Amino acid sequence: MKKELDLRTSYYSASLDMKALWYSLIFSLVCILTFLLSTGIGDYYLSPVEVLQTLIGAGDPRMELIVYTFRLPRALIALMVGISLAVSGSILQSLVRNPLASPDIIGITGGASAGAVGFLAFASGASIVWQPIAAFVCGIITAFLIYLFAWKEGISPMRLILIGIGFNAAAQALTTLFLIKSPIYTASQSSMWLAGSIYSSSWKTVHLLLPWLLFFLVCTFFIVRHLNVQQLGEDIAKGLGTSLQWNQFLLVIISVALASAAVAAAGPIGFIGLMAPHIARMLVGPIVSSYLPVAACIGGILLLVADMIARTAFAPLDLPAGIFTAILGAPFVIYLLYHHGRKA
Amino acid sequence: MKPLIDSHRGKWLGLIFGTVVLMICFLLSLSLGLQNYSWNTLVRALVSLSSNIASTNQTDLIIQTARLPRAVIAVVVGANMAMAGVLMQGLTRNPLASPGIFGINAGAAFFVVMSISFFSVNSLTAYTWIAFAGAAISGIIVYVLGSTGREGMTPIKLTIAGAAISALFYTLVQGILALDQRALEETLSWISGSVQGRKLEMLAEVMPFFLLAWCLTAVLARPMTTLLMGDDTATGLGMRTTWVKLSASVIIILLAGGSVAVAGPISLVGLIIPHMARSLVGIDYRWLLPYCAILGGAFLLLADVGARFISYPEDIPVGVLTALIGAPFFILIARRGFTAS
Repeated sequence: MKKELDLRTSYYSASLDMKALWYSLIFSLVCILTFLLSTGIGDYYLSPVEVLQTLIGAGDPRMELIVYTFRLPRALIALMVGISLAVSGSILQSLVRNPLASPDIIGITGGASAGAVGFLAFASGASIVWQPIAAFVCGIITAFLIYLFAWKEGISPMRLILIGIGFNAAAQALTTLFLIKSPIYTASQSSMWLAGSIYSSSWKTVHLLLPWLLFFLVCTFFIVRHLNVQQLGEDIAKGLGTSLQWNQFLLVIISVALASAAVAAAGPIGFIGLMAPHIARMLVGPIVSSYLPVAACIGGILLLVADMIARTAFAPLDLPAGIFTAILGAPFVIYLLYHHGRKA
Repeated sequence: MKPLIDSHRGKWLGLIFGTVVLMICFLLSLSLGLQNYSWNTLVRALVSLSSNIASTNQTDLIIQTARLPRAVIAVVVGANMAMAGVLMQGLTRNPLASPGIFGINAGAAFFVVMSISFFSVNSLTAYTWIAFAGAAISGIIVYVLGSTGREGMTPIKLTIAGAAISALFYTLVQGILALDQRALEETLSWISGSVQGRKLEMLAEVMPFFLLAWCLTAVLARPMTTLLMGDDTATGLGMRTTWVKLSASVIIILLAGGSVAVAGPISLVGLIIPHMARSLVGIDYRWLLPYCAILGGAFLLLADVGARFISYPEDIPVGVLTALIGAPFFILIARRGFTAS
């Protein structure tokens, strides 16, 4: 018998798996620790304790300058982007019932990228604040189109993935077209961004991303148990009386919103949406509501670490973090395909 | 499904008609552009080229050194990509198979960009070999990935493996370009697939491989058709399926790898054309392959001409255009599903 903790109020009830609870707790702590470490590490090293001191307002002015002006926005963005991608990937994977679905594989990230690069190429006069919004709008449009074209008396998971791959090809072509149309300076700026980097992070980005993330995380919290039912398969979900298509639609919206926001903030960072849910699932088990918090923490940790390596290992070069998530993620895909193939 | 052209005579006539269309496309590609040339000018330039007299006329020189290589490369690359695509589709039983989708283009591109940036390679011969190696490596990775597991190779697993490997290689290319300004400027138009500004020497470099591949396809056409009946049937008929599959794979690597070396990763030609050819002449590879070659060549010529005018007077890489035309096509096939094919 599994140990469970029951939560019941008049609006919400949940049975929490104790194992999942423990894992969530442990990974949250690891995540916080990584965050402090990432904030401390750099040209001028601060220990996690010093960072903590500064954060609670007990640091000296120099520490405050380093932490608040330089390190904190970047670490926060890495954390938030990692979480967004992981949650987005978790939702997609359980929705599509395929461990290979993730926002970058099915083209949502690609669509958002095309929007952002197109913005750089054609609207260079406009304020850069609009770039994330361009990315976001294009991400949503892409997802909408993918959903529309995958619809054929309902959504079949495999059709969704394949059509996503098709859209990804189109989005990539558009991105290249925009790159070529833009002047060489903008082109190099764009390609830095396209490799996925948290290079140009500022408090402005943090303020833009934070409300999004919180809002959609809360939405996810309320809707996630429908995802548990969804995972059993469409027929069973229908039989249990869940209004299937409506929930699917809402979940797709949440997933896209999170992925696009992540792209807008940091460029197309690959493979985190794929890896994090999977690792969490291996640890906690297949129930979405149980593994989702763990996945979110793992996503945050992965990107914090990737960014840390990217900016310190080859200093003074500041590499795009996306390279490291790709190097980490590709062998993982290989493993997944192998493993999944054996199980299926 | 019954092919559009059913009779033997019809197929021959179609082939002749196709060749004529291909030639018209070729001449269009020579004559249209920033400067439009008349037939007379073209003929004069071609005659002076063939008579081996050093031409002093500037128009002749432009046609001979810019337009002609571009058109010839477009024909060859288009034909190769289409033939590689049709072979892949037969080999993997996957209607979505093509060098672009299965990561072969991305692999070749990554290895070439890496060699430019890290090892400062800048000889054409070297690019060719590197592109072959890249195509072969990524092709093998995707194939192995798509075939692992108990259920063996499934079309969907292959497609997803291809997408993942493409994503990896393109991210790495992107990363290299972000760090290396010089590589960015050198490869920006190559990386998106273009036949502009290529020299005939580049083609000559890979031509021996193409010739070898073409000869092999001629031999392989009949066994490939037999293979469509299924491995067991083909083996029952006395065919050594492993050998056929292996040589088809080698041909694919030669055709796609060599084409990427010359023109960069031009995507989705290898996806669209085989489907068109199949609806025209059915599944017999003895007809399918020549039709693919002709249609592929004509398609890329026209796409390249279109690429000159789509944002006139600027040239855009033809690979961008083929991807934009091909993506809806891909979506259409994916929507139809695998069972129908």
